[in-house]
Amino acid sequence: MLKKKVLTSLAIAAAAGLLMSGCANQGSTSTSTSASKINIPAITTIQTPANAVLPAGDGKATCPAGLTLGYIGAETGANAQLGINIYDGVQLALDQHNKANPGCQVGFKKFDTEGDPTKATGPVTQAVNEADIVGVVGLPFSGESKATGNILEQKGLVHITPSATNPGLTTNGWTTFFRGLGNDAVQGPAAAKFVTGQLQAKKVYLVQDDSDYGIGLAATTSKALGSALIGTDKVTTGQKDFSAVISKIINAKPDAVYYSGYYAEGAPFDQQLVTKGYTGTFVAPDGVKDDQFIKLAGNASANAYFTCPCIPGELIPTFESAYKTSFNLEPGTYSIEGYDAATILLSGIDAGQTTRADLLAWVKSYNKDGLSKHYKWDTTGELQAPTVYGYKVENGKIVPIGTIG
Amino acid sequence: MLDLLLVHPVSANDWISFDIPSLIQNFWSATFDGLTFGAIYGLIAVGYTLVYGVLNLINFAHSEVFIVGAYAVVLVLSALGFGPSVPTLPLSSIILDLVLALIIAMLASAATAFVLERVAYRPLRKRNAPRLVFLITAIGASFAIQYTIFLVRGANAEPAVTMFQAQPVFDVFGTIINSQQIIIVIAAVILMILTDQFIRRTRVGRGIRAVAQDPDTATLMGVNKERIIIITFIVGGILAGAAALFYVMLVPSGVQYNGGFVLGVKAFAAAVLGGIGNVRGALLGGLLLGIIGNYGQILLGDSQWTDVVAFVILVLVLLVKPTGILGTSLGRSRA
Repeated sequence: MLKKKVLTSLAIAAAAGLLMSGCANQGSTSTSTSASKINIPAITTIQTPANAVLPAGDGKATCPAGLTLGYIGAETGANAQLGINIYDGVQLALDQHNKANPGCQVGFKKFDTEGDPTKATGPVTQAVNEADIVGVVGLPFSGESKATGNILEQKGLVHITPSATNPGLTTNGWTTFFRGLGNDAVQGPAAAKFVTGQLQAKKVYLVQDDSDYGIGLAATTSKALGSALIGTDKVTTGQKDFSAVISKIINAKPDAVYYSGYYAEGAPFDQQLVTKGYTGTFVAPDGVKDDQFIKLAGNASANAYFTCPCIPGELIPTFESAYKTSFNLEPGTYSIEGYDAATILLSGIDAGQTTRADLLAWVKSYNKDGLSKHYKWDTTGELQAPTVYGYKVENGKIVPIGTIG
Repeated sequence: MLDLLLVHPVSANDWISFDIPSLIQNFWSATFDGLTFGAIYGLIAVGYTLVYGVLNLINFAHSEVFIVGAYAVVLVLSALGFGPSVPTLPLSSIILDLVLALIIAMLASAATAFVLERVAYRPLRKRNAPRLVFLITAIGASFAIQYTIFLVRGANAEPAVTMFQAQPVFDVFGTIINSQQIIIVIAAVILMILTDQFIRRTRVGRGIRAVAQDPDTATLMGVNKERIIIITFIVGGILAGAAALFYVMLVPSGVQYNGGFVLGVKAFAAAVLGGIGNVRGALLGGLLLGIIGNYGQILLGDSQWTDVVAFVILVLVLLVKPTGILGTSLGRSRA
């Protein structure tokens, strides 16, 4: 009994002592651990098409009442912010269209998938069964797109994904699927070239998550990295404890870590890496490129670079100011892609394509400029000539650093 | 046939392979990291174990009791000026602020546990509802709290709150142990010792054990069963609140409406592994689960194995010892 008490008090004393010593020399160390010796300057303007099709059109469009566009994708769930960026872009296009065209009022319905492939079937089925929906922007993520493409195909409902980048999605023979940006067969090699070239990394460690997106992108990236790839690891969706992965990375001493996944895991991963003393750069793809990453990773995010087949919408002045007026926010990743996708569908409705079949044919033969880039699809639904941009974190903000592929 | 097997050993390209050099290289960091997260599992596990011991109820909503505490930590610390950057306050005020956050988190979690018991479980007990109804109610309550938080705070995780810069303290076999890890493990052990002593030595603790052993006889002997049940929920809540502070210390961005779920499952597994109904077992189970998961993922090459390994071990232990490692129930523990 006595022994137990002694042990208890010893433990308490030891704890108190350690608490003090643990924090004692705090404050003295510098907080900047980011070791980005390479400085790639941010860009402030981009080349975009001058004669882009805009949602407002000529203002004389007429269409039957009761037509609706759908957004199917994450509104909640761990990576909801990427979905929110998109439907805000869609909402902006719709608002501009409906304001300019009193004769053609198009409605908007949102269906929440939580970004989860296992939950997406329900909302998609619901959406395809609502007869007033003639076109869809979505689904944002690759896993849910793969799980539900067939349902949309069967009902002949055209959908433009503003962000799903898994290359396999266009190999399913779907005729209703269109991708509004480059895929990971383009992003992976571009990322590898960026990391080993511009970032001058000799040794790269690649970590992927368990999503279709993360797996697909990791495959194309690691192939392109070749001998610069010194190690890989796999994590799971929802994981918050990355200590074992980090221990392996610290031992391997890479110059850069490429994380192929989404921000919900990427942010705590980067933060724990830096806490454990990692001083290299952290490079991640479009799924991580969101302000949420900075909010969640805190100071650690200063070591981050991103690759993204998305266009920096914040550098398109007309779009940026309209978005800011509507939502009191800067446009996020994929906001401009969502806006452009909605614009393509709306311009079809304005041109009298008011059934699912007609609107599908419209998108299939579309060949015009959008605000961000030119839109023309091949027979599988891939865009021709997509671009990949690089981004970095600077003073707590994500800024574009130009095209990387 | 045997020859065939001999010339085709399991190669590194097979889907399962053992990376022993990596385990040796990362052994100590895997151990210390596992202990750190394991201590948090253990603290949460006490809430499952105590309630199970007293009511034979698996309180699935305990993960939400925890996450409410985590929200309290983040909100209090943000209000005190903590943010994503390392705070520049003097040490004494950081400690004060953290203690304040700890107390408020404990209160918030305890209050959630209290309300949960009053609103969800007590009415059922009054009507003598069957065991299954409690279980379903627990799951329902879990979702209700999750989505209430979602409606109030939204889908995104709360912005990171950094409490202090983790400082290297010890170097054990080339592995750095930092101040966060030491604080978490030691504080968790102290809290567990206090809880254990509370149950073994105090009058209320005796009441808890009595109700766990035989609620009817305990009532006849003058124990206020309802009061004991409430206290049990509150004790579990207090420890969950403490776990919340340590969790936010390690994972500053982990506070999200559904962020308690995975931890809850792990903590429940820890409680079962150690012996459900057993407070010491909860801590032991938590630490073991943390360490085993880490060893497993390093040995098998990637992090996706963590839970596979942890739960296979859980099943194996239960096959040999169905009552968990320490086995004894709450009612049978003696002072």
